[in-house]
Amino acid sequence: MYRYDGYDATMLEERVIQFRSQTNRYLEGKLTDAEFLPLRLQNGLYVQRLAPMLRIAVPYGMLSARQLRKLAFISSHYDKGYGHFTTRQNIQFNWPALEDVPDLLAHLAEVEMHAIQTSGNCIRNTTTDQFAGVAVDEIEDSRPYCEIIRQWSTFHPEFAYLPRKFKIAVCGTQEDHAATQVHDIGLYLRKNEAGETGFQILAGGGLGRTPVIGQVVFDFVERHDLLSALEAILRVYNREGRRDNKYKARIKILVRETGLETFREKVMHEWKQLRGGSLTLTDAEIERCKSYFQEPAYKALEPNPASLREALARDVLFASWFSHNVTPHKKLGYAAVAISFKKTGYAPGDVSEEQLNALAHLAERFSFGEVRVTHAQNVILADVEESELYNLYLSLAPDSLQADNLNKLSDIICCPGGDFCALANAKSIPIAEAIQRRFDDRDLLADIGEVSLNISGCMNACGHHHVGNIGVLGVDKKGEEFYQVSIGGSSKREAKLGKILGPSFAQTDIPSVVADLVSVYRERRLADEKFIDTVERIGVDPFKKRVYEKDQ
Amino acid sequence: MTSLIRNRNAVPNEWALLQSASGPDAFSALRGRKVLLPLELILSDEDEARAQLGAIGVWLDSHQDLASIENRIADFQLIALNFPVFSDGRPFSLARRLRLELGFTGEIRAIGDVLRDQLCFLERCGFNSFALRSDQDVDECLSAFDDFSSTYTATALNQEPIFRRR
Repeated sequence: MYRYDGYDATMLEERVIQFRSQTNRYLEGKLTDAEFLPLRLQNGLYVQRLAPMLRIAVPYGMLSARQLRKLAFISSHYDKGYGHFTTRQNIQFNWPALEDVPDLLAHLAEVEMHAIQTSGNCIRNTTTDQFAGVAVDEIEDSRPYCEIIRQWSTFHPEFAYLPRKFKIAVCGTQEDHAATQVHDIGLYLRKNEAGETGFQILAGGGLGRTPVIGQVVFDFVERHDLLSALEAILRVYNREGRRDNKYKARIKILVRETGLETFREKVMHEWKQLRGGSLTLTDAEIERCKSYFQEPAYKALEPNPASLREALARDVLFASWFSHNVTPHKKLGYAAVAISFKKTGYAPGDVSEEQLNALAHLAERFSFGEVRVTHAQNVILADVEESELYNLYLSLAPDSLQADNLNKLSDIICCPGGDFCALANAKSIPIAEAIQRRFDDRDLLADIGEVSLNISGCMNACGHHHVGNIGVLGVDKKGEEFYQVSIGGSSKREAKLGKILGPSFAQTDIPSVVADLVSVYRERRLADEKFIDTVERIGVDPFKKRVYEKDQ
Repeated sequence: MTSLIRNRNAVPNEWALLQSASGPDAFSALRGRKVLLPLELILSDEDEARAQLGAIGVWLDSHQDLASIENRIADFQLIALNFPVFSDGRPFSLARRLRLELGFTGEIRAIGDVLRDQLCFLERCGFNSFALRSDQDVDECLSAFDDFSSTYTATALNQEPIFRRR
């Protein structure tokens, strides 16, 4: 993974000093709440329902064992012993005291970590596919380009006070694991006919109050021109994005109100001035960044070794876990393993101090000392020898990390919701737990197969409910919490927004609503058809009819 | 009293500023002085202003763009960009365009809600003078330019991004 040089390290140290000064001036009354607000947000610090919340950046999801141990230390010294993986591959802590945050950031800086631009109206952490570099269907490893974008966007002086937050995702594989099309800018790596690497650039995607799938601004931008193209889009947005209404301030509204053609012309106008200038990436820089993401020292291994076959035959629970949580690897004899943080009874994405330490140990023992956080709030060990899978599986048990439900109904994407978040209209964690309890049956989950269930506690859609195959959104009705349910959403290549079934439900009804949806699917599915495909084929009406028929 | 920082030094402010509602009748009281005129007044009464005033500069509000003066920026010694509120990011882009793309070599001044913690990035975007909000501590503000010793991005001070310097 990327390692800091003297420039990176010095800037990070200076950032900690700067924020310490800002915090002190705030505590001395020299900065007003309004003046401190963007400064603390751009250092990841929210003021929440119960205490401040600090969101720490995990650049494109990569964490080393050393960083995991530091996060474990932080969870015990500054929090109540746990953190929370977010839907943007970051980790957040819910209990640090405001006056402790500069010290906490100093600890993070020791392991090349920070909370820079994890919040606020600026360019946020760039996200990507958790299988980058190991995927079978990869066009090119996205991570060197993510790092290039990270450096360009970090402390970019022009884009620190955008109309609203700005999220970029990069996808280098055929299958999209990064929800690329619902980002402010989505980048798909591709090759042109000459075999040159470049990017298809989408803009104007996003969730929130007005969900939109991004539109193609440029079909192919040669990789050396990546930053000038991004800068041109950002400049048009910074100048022309709406600032009069925060709900209309995202770039998706600008693209929609301007019209794609006109928007593209405006971007072209800016790009003409920038293209070919100093932002043009050099081969040396691309190679430098690639050098941090070279293949680890893979061994020449026999695929599907006898030890694995025997373990699969012997241990039915291992076989279940293997079939759900293990993904093929580009290198023979290796596999990518998902460690599920969706065990029933645990808040989705929550990770304890012990688990963070365990992850560090597992990473060192099984996967070259690194892990990746996924946007679905799980963790990947990307390079595990197939012959070690059973040992890995057994090692997961003591820390409650054996859940064999990846991409299954109980692998719920869920925001912290009303239990923690000041923005939420409704709780989300108890809903997730109630659904998990209802479906806490290995065989049933296996039979239902692949389905994404996403829960957000409010319109801001941190739980990506619009693109869940089943989406649940908490709404407030005269002080009471209700839940709107949609189906048919997808964050993959064929990204789609879910359709709302109808009137919202009480909290206690949600598990049976989900059960009704699942029943219709199981009755109507064709052989091997996934939930999303059945919805696509038969439409929303049969589902709608079932969930509301009891009311009639 | 508004303090002025120019090129990282506290200096007296020689420029009077006419508000956007002002008309040419305001010129006589400022005869011979250096005056910052709102863009609208430049467009309507520039000749009159040049005849009566000692020197003229132009100021733009954050929603205005440079198009109407873009091809003759060298006519102005001073171009000021207003911040209705410190968190309005639009003038950052205007300044970058002026300094880095249009090659404006005169003074670019931040006016309005200009605070200590935005100065470093403002300077990197091309501002070289800052009319601080009246409650700002000048010494505190002068230290802001040293918050960072380096930068990833190309700036007005160093037009090479980090990957061309590494």
